[in-house]
Amino acid sequence: MSRKVLLIEDEPNIAEAIRFLLTREGWQVETHGDGTDAVQVIAGAQPDLVILDVMLPGKSGMDILRDIREMEELAGLPVLMLTARGQSRDREMAENAGVSRFMTKPFSNAEVLTAVRDLHAQATRL
Amino acid sequence: MATINVLILVCLGYVVFLFAVAFAADRMAAAGRGKWLRSPLIYTLSLSIYCTAWTFYGAVGNAARSGLEFVTIYLGPTLVMVSWWWGLRKLVRVGRSQRVTSIADLLSSRYGKSNTLAVCVTILAVLGGTPYIALQLQSITLSFSIFAEADPSGLYREGSSVFWVAAGLAVFAILFGTRNLDVNERHHGVVTAIAVEAVVKLFALIAVGVFVVWGIAGGVGPMMERIDASEIGQWNVDAGRWTTFIFLSAAAFICLPRMFQVLVVENDDEGHLRTAAWAFPLYLLLMSLFVVPIAVVGLDLLPEGANPDLFVLTVPLSQGNDWLAMLSFIGGFSSATSMVIVSAMALSTMVSNHVVMPIWLNTHEGTGSVSGDVRSVVLMARRISIAAIMALGYFYYRLSGGGAALASIGLIAFAGISQILPALVGGLFWRGATRTGALVGLTVGFIFWIYTLLLPGMGEPWMPETVLQNGLFGLGWLRPHALFGIEGIDPMVHTVMWSLSLNTIAFCVASLLSFPSPLERLQGAQFVNVFDHSVSPRGWSGSVAQSEDLMIMTQRILGTSPAQDFFQTEAEKQGGRSHMPEPTPGFLNRLERELSGSVGTATAHAMIGQIVGGSSVSVEDLLAVADESAQLLEYSGQLEEKSSELSRTARQLREANTKLTQISEQKDSFLSQVSHELRTPMTSIRAFSEIMRDTEGLTNEEQTRYAAIIHDEALRLTRLLDDLLDLSVLENGQVNLNLSDDSLRSVLDRAVSSALAGADRKITVRRTFPAERILLHTDLDRLGQVFINLISNAQKYCDAEEPVLVISAHDVGGRVIIDFTDNGSGIPPGARSMVFEKFARVGVDKAGGAGLGLAICREIMQRLGGEITYLPGQGGAAFRVSLPLAFQQAAQ
Repeated sequence: MSRKVLLIEDEPNIAEAIRFLLTREGWQVETHGDGTDAVQVIAGAQPDLVILDVMLPGKSGMDILRDIREMEELAGLPVLMLTARGQSRDREMAENAGVSRFMTKPFSNAEVLTAVRDLHAQATRL
Repeated sequence: MATINVLILVCLGYVVFLFAVAFAADRMAAAGRGKWLRSPLIYTLSLSIYCTAWTFYGAVGNAARSGLEFVTIYLGPTLVMVSWWWGLRKLVRVGRSQRVTSIADLLSSRYGKSNTLAVCVTILAVLGGTPYIALQLQSITLSFSIFAEADPSGLYREGSSVFWVAAGLAVFAILFGTRNLDVNERHHGVVTAIAVEAVVKLFALIAVGVFVVWGIAGGVGPMMERIDASEIGQWNVDAGRWTTFIFLSAAAFICLPRMFQVLVVENDDEGHLRTAAWAFPLYLLLMSLFVVPIAVVGLDLLPEGANPDLFVLTVPLSQGNDWLAMLSFIGGFSSATSMVIVSAMALSTMVSNHVVMPIWLNTHEGTGSVSGDVRSVVLMARRISIAAIMALGYFYYRLSGGGAALASIGLIAFAGISQILPALVGGLFWRGATRTGALVGLTVGFIFWIYTLLLPGMGEPWMPETVLQNGLFGLGWLRPHALFGIEGIDPMVHTVMWSLSLNTIAFCVASLLSFPSPLERLQGAQFVNVFDHSVSPRGWSGSVAQSEDLMIMTQRILGTSPAQDFFQTEAEKQGGRSHMPEPTPGFLNRLERELSGSVGTATAHAMIGQIVGGSSVSVEDLLAVADESAQLLEYSGQLEEKSSELSRTARQLREANTKLTQISEQKDSFLSQVSHELRTPMTSIRAFSEIMRDTEGLTNEEQTRYAAIIHDEALRLTRLLDDLLDLSVLENGQVNLNLSDDSLRSVLDRAVSSALAGADRKITVRRTFPAERILLHTDLDRLGQVFINLISNAQKYCDAEEPVLVISAHDVGGRVIIDFTDNGSGIPPGARSMVFEKFARVGVDKAGGAGLGLAICREIMQRLGGEITYLPGQGGAAFRVSLPLAFQQAAQ
């Protein structure tokens, strides 16, 4: 069974790095660089996991997260959130919005991989 | 013939009798009995101290020498009493309402409580009064000597007798004049004694007169014939002298300290003046009735050269009527003693209140301020002053030798004391009269009086004959008896005319020229308008009514129930028969303290005084009230100011706080953005360097590509840091401008080539070269930086298929305007206001700029005295740069 991750990130270089890492782990990686239609893209792509940047053009990652948590079919979707702002307030906001895991840029590749593995394991165990 | 010893005995007996009368009257007054002590009759009789030994003996002498002229001395006071009683009433009212103790006190009080003025008047009064006292002593000695001549073997010794008389009078004055300190300064004992003496002297003179007319001349008819036959009966009236003397005696009647004492200070009831207005002239008429007959008969009977001043004594003696002579002697003695006693009392009050006490208070400042202490000091000062004044009179008598005619000394004193008149009358009726005016007038009058009358009267060595003949310093117009060359006038008339007219002129002029102090103005109003606002100074009664008034007032101030509680408690303390307390001093003091907590001490005092005191509120009270209110006003003004200052400060603090919060938020947001901008390239760098480190079997292409990404992101970091530093320097104003001259064209040339070097996207730049021939004096590198930014922005963001950037320049009145317009879709209206803010990026930043470029451009243009704005409606993105052709420091 193919595992699919949807990466919503506006920085092409970061998106490329994550795609490289996860592809090697056997993930099918789809990327999207704009916040405006991100919720629809997520709903349409039916991914096993979403990696979501906070600062996106059009719509912030926080709003996207809140929106998908309100959608019945996406409420349990594992979401790994990445932010370059790194303030504790952002972490709180994200946790309140229902984030699965929150990470600050710059991250180590191993951290991202571990997080993705953990989240997927949790989701499949349920 | 009665021996001198009998006379002395009778005299002593009479004195003892006077002591007894005074003592009894004092006791009765103290016990609150003896209403007749305060009757108009007593008041009228006490005024008779005007008739001194000078009038008793001297009037006959005067008549013998100058005919009817003596009448003037009686006409003056009569005119005052009859035609000026309303003026006297004002004087009495003022004196009572101001609690005046002497004429010096009155003037001082009127002219703003000036002690200088009081001291001047006191000196004048003592100078004028001392010879007068000496004159009385002399009259007693002379009259004694008449009897002594007849009986050389008696106990009488001229020198010692004067001493004993003076000492006795001093003792009397001290005993009854300074028994205690009455606030009202009334001495019932003394007044009653002098009333008795007034009766005695009138009786004695009438007795002598009756004896002369019916006993010697043989009835009225023959007497008139004798008068007609003598020179006295001939009316040679010197109009100048008559007017002067009438005026002088009228003035003296008001101004003499002793007259002021009985007329104003000892006055119990203003209403007594109404009786005195006819009774006193009647008394004077009776006193003068037999003057001419006695003089005529005396001149007829007695040998040539007999002293006419003593006819009252010598005529009965020559007829062998010793008892009548003795009665006459007692009359003269009465005249002299009553005058001396009252004079000494009045003068000592002035001396002790205005000279001794101020000095004592100055030297004892801070110590002995207990009221009991001061009281005894005041009494002691009075007693010593009386003794000193008597001593002065005694020594004056001894030194002057008693040679001058009695009448002339009296007139000199009259002229001296009448110098007070302008200041006194002016003070009562003219509000414009000032202290300076009073002082100047008094001084001028005083000097002229001394120079033209007192010193010439004293003769050598006081007034050398040369000065009298040739004037002071040999100046003819300064001759004492012919001032300013006006000669041939009677010396007395001359003095009165000059001194009083110059005094009055000086008083008026100085008053008009000087400006009165507030206290003086208020006092002036109190004096001049005394009938408008003083309560009639009658005693008050009906204490319950007062308590009710006090209650009503207290309720208004303290509120109903606290006031009732206070009065209830006080009533219970007093024994509680009534629900209202009696207004005892203790109660009033407590009430005043209670009220002063609410309205201030001065106001409380004035309010209670208004209700209880029966007297008007004094000017000091009013001033103190005004002071208190002023302080309160000032205080509340200060409070108001403080409170508005506080609210101002609070507002400023709030504003500052808001500003700080904004700044703090801006800083947080800026830091957050900087953090984001730094972390983003670092994320790529870290991720790809880990990939290159950890991944085996990367293809060469992959390795090259990832290394290139790391390199690009590292460059992006560097650019960001450069921009941040640049912006920080520009914003802090630490930038050093490097001014130089070049044409706009070459600046644009360099910018275009720099911006487009190595650009991957092509953009066509169109310029209007002729218009660019503008010479600039500014920081050309910074301006170039702005241009490069704008050109590369267009190059990066212009989304047209065939991107074109038009650069156009205009020279507009000392400024150059350069527009950068591309043919892309431009900046959406909502974002236009944001483009110059830090980290503002429109859409996806494909070129990886940090969003600081336009913020830096804006800062640079501000430094150069120009500006950069977004031009809407140009088709594509359009920026306008404008700046002065030549940089000016002031343009910053």
